[in-house]
Amino acid sequence: MKNKVSRIVEQYPASVFKNRKEHILLVDHDSENPQTITANTRTIPGIITSRGCCYAGCKGVVVGPIKDAVTITHGPIGCGYYSWGTRRNKARLDEGEEDNFLNYCFSTDLQEGDIVFGGEKKLKQAITEVVDIFKPKNIMICSTCPVGLIGDDINAVASWAEDKYNIKVLAFSCEGYKGVTQSAGHHIANNQLIKHVVGTGDAVVGKYSINFLGEYNIGGDSWEIERVLTKIGYEIVSVMTGNGSIEKIKNAHKANLNLVQCYRSINYIADMVHSKYGTDWLKVNFIGVQSSIESLRDLARYFDDPALTARTEEVIAEELAEVLPIIEQYKPLCEGKTAALYVGGSRALHYQYLFKDLGMETILAGFEFAHRDDYEGSEVIPFMKEDADSKNIENLHPEPDEQHYRVVLSKEKYEELKTKIPLNYFGGMIKAMPNQSVVIDDINHYEIDEFMKLLKPDIFCAGIKEKYQIHKMGIFSKQLHSYDYTGPYAGFKGAATFARDIAMGLTTPVWNMVQPPWKVEPMLEGNYVKEVV
Amino acid sequence: MLDSTPQEYSIRKGIVINPAKTCQPIGAMYAALGIHKCLPHSHGSQGCCSYHRMHLARHFRDPVMASTSSFTEGAAVFGGGSNLKTAIKNIFAIYNPDIIAVHTTCLSETIGDDIPVYINQSKVPEGKIVIHANTPSYVGSHVTGFSNMVKGMVKYLSVNKNKPNEKVNIIPGFVNPGDMREIKRILKSMCVKFIMFPDTSGVLDAPLTGKYDMYPAGGSKIEDIIDAGNSDATFALGSFASAAAADELRKKAKVRPVILRTPIGVEATDKFLMSVSRTTGREISAEIEEERGQLIDIMVDLHDQYQGKTAAIFGDPDVVIALTAFTLELGMVPKYVLTGTPGEAFEREVGQMLKDAGVEAKVKAAGDLFTLHQWIKDEPVDLLMGTTYGKYIARAEDIPLVRVGFPVLDRGVHSYMPIVGYKGAMRLIEMISNTLLDRQDRDAKDEDLELLM
Repeated sequence: MKNKVSRIVEQYPASVFKNRKEHILLVDHDSENPQTITANTRTIPGIITSRGCCYAGCKGVVVGPIKDAVTITHGPIGCGYYSWGTRRNKARLDEGEEDNFLNYCFSTDLQEGDIVFGGEKKLKQAITEVVDIFKPKNIMICSTCPVGLIGDDINAVASWAEDKYNIKVLAFSCEGYKGVTQSAGHHIANNQLIKHVVGTGDAVVGKYSINFLGEYNIGGDSWEIERVLTKIGYEIVSVMTGNGSIEKIKNAHKANLNLVQCYRSINYIADMVHSKYGTDWLKVNFIGVQSSIESLRDLARYFDDPALTARTEEVIAEELAEVLPIIEQYKPLCEGKTAALYVGGSRALHYQYLFKDLGMETILAGFEFAHRDDYEGSEVIPFMKEDADSKNIENLHPEPDEQHYRVVLSKEKYEELKTKIPLNYFGGMIKAMPNQSVVIDDINHYEIDEFMKLLKPDIFCAGIKEKYQIHKMGIFSKQLHSYDYTGPYAGFKGAATFARDIAMGLTTPVWNMVQPPWKVEPMLEGNYVKEVV
Repeated sequence: MLDSTPQEYSIRKGIVINPAKTCQPIGAMYAALGIHKCLPHSHGSQGCCSYHRMHLARHFRDPVMASTSSFTEGAAVFGGGSNLKTAIKNIFAIYNPDIIAVHTTCLSETIGDDIPVYINQSKVPEGKIVIHANTPSYVGSHVTGFSNMVKGMVKYLSVNKNKPNEKVNIIPGFVNPGDMREIKRILKSMCVKFIMFPDTSGVLDAPLTGKYDMYPAGGSKIEDIIDAGNSDATFALGSFASAAAADELRKKAKVRPVILRTPIGVEATDKFLMSVSRTTGREISAEIEEERGQLIDIMVDLHDQYQGKTAAIFGDPDVVIALTAFTLELGMVPKYVLTGTPGEAFEREVGQMLKDAGVEAKVKAAGDLFTLHQWIKDEPVDLLMGTTYGKYIARAEDIPLVRVGFPVLDRGVHSYMPIVGYKGAMRLIEMISNTLLDRQDRDAKDEDLELLM
């Protein structure tokens, strides 16, 4: 296998080969030393990568779902346009809420003159008009590539607008060229939220109060998980950022625990809230039945209340009674099949658990914009080196907040729990994968083509850019960014929906029609002619 | 839905809300995909390339391959020359296209990267070609980008070798592969020899065979685009998307340009066919004349289903201009006509058309869907015609939407089916009629539900 994998990258020109071979490994759990992989480094120019940019990570992923802010994309029209309604981060007005601007797209639509003479004037004008028409309580400004180059000071404009209109205005300098992927944008978004939003609210919260971090409510995922959490008795103070709001994120420092679903996009906030307010974070995974059960039990262990633990088991039993029969119905159609996953910064790991529930093994998985710790686990962080690209993104080290810092668990209790649950710790992808499976960072078009031929998975889960390439091969591809417009896939009910959709994709009758019958059946027919005597 | 949109219209100078256009590079990428064995290359941050590929893949539901210079902060400061040269080397080594079509982005334009210089400094293998177009995102729209890339094809490739090929050039404009196929079918039925470029049919509507081919069978052949310099005339369909390339062919190769409307509806198709027929001496075929007669038959039979109905039409200028003319042919009232693409010519052409028809309407170029929505809130229409983005207004105001143009992200099959030619007109009537009748059925009281309509 190792040789076959090597042969794929050996086809590359020398410099590309040297680079790409460090991004691929065959999982070997018997290896003496922990396996290492290269990640979060520059994409090689010319490679057909699926990676996006810093703006996509900041506006598209982290701040885009915040519903009670008008998010103005400062730049030419494209960036705002492409990130309008394309991610399926759902939102609705909950009780007492007034603003949901998610069906709107706001852009300063910079023109040539603005690029030459500067765009600040137009940005101010845009804010004035937005305030006039929408009267929002919050505005967010997201920069695109040219804005940084022409030197527009969006922070100064934000302060000007805050003073002038007495509203909250956040500026995100998330120019597309920063960093090496969307990941830089996550970090920039996290920084601004912790600096300007978290800690500014004064809500009174209960004992079992939690924040749900790194959950973007794609297809309604967050709502399905929240349903179960509230049924057990947890109070959700804020979600970052699915169906999220500035109004709620303000109070995030009040919650007693942070749950982290997508580690990559939100780990900065989890860590900074930990050091600033003392709140621990727990790595959870609500994708998959067994992993959801485990996450709920880990959560109960943290609060360690017999009544809460009992209620947790009750709810798990209720949910299972509802969804297991549905999953069992579809499982025979999926069992024994193999999957390959290439998604963002956490789903390529999370969905392996859901496939396990369906009896399917993941034989290849990779992230698009991960760092080494997403593959190797939190323990590798002290050994990760900063490079020129990551150094450009501000690294905040907040001091404990004098007023709000507190310790939820005693030191002994904390140390004891840490051995049992992933507390302030993420194990990464490699440990979770079967021996001899392929882990590949930032897999590109050529490698997808080659690995499909080599491994022949029954399903390849990725995004829209890969989907149709896979379909042309006669293999089913499920989008795991947008879920192909269905879902939710999270939690118990989500798992049942996923089982249905995967079974449907694997067995849809058309797969038997790919080859025209005349290509496989003999077409020459002999005719009897009168025997010539 | 869109509850924050006030009815009262106010002039905006700073903010665009719910745009009806996007940026140049995606149009350039789409045009470049219409050359056989071409890899479009985006010279900028990798996010641009990613967004464009996503959006095109969503519209066509087919693979959209393109590479990127993957700028970092360093490249943004020191220039993207090294990135582009590395990219060109890697692309030919790994993906082996016959041609790379480079387009710029707002990033590389703002720092002033000189693409022709970089291409000259690149190692381009023998027999391979690199072309480029400047597509600054802060000028025009995606239609401008399409136009610029098609013009770039002519600039780099087309040559007048003084060997007339007795062909005509067809620049189909920013339309679907289904439309390009239909135009080709019509021309073939007239036995017209032609060169169509770009041609995304067979590329973005390629068949599923179980074998993935990075460069599907379709697309204009490079030698044909070169030979376009020897043609008798260039038919540029849609002035916004196609006139610039036709004009470039005139300047560079003395090929006579004929700039026509996108052939949507009766008159625009009539004019296209007559113009081609007069230039080539080929008769309009009986098959096509029969289709015209069928279309007229349909228009007589069904006129009462849509005549007098008011419509708001929005999208890209060439398609919107032609669609507006067609709705007038149907006796409809195009009350609001809007494009996101800037251009006074749009307002002039549509304005004149509506004036001639005696229809009072609002017409706007460089507009956005927020404005359109406010107009509709002020005075509603019976039907929306435009891209998927109209569905928010459709829901907010409970007005049915006929999906036409680019992009359509929430329905399938559209990219395979034409809206051009007489067949395309029949399809449009079917969509318009059915949409209005579905609404009538939905709203009818039990006693008013009609079996016969």
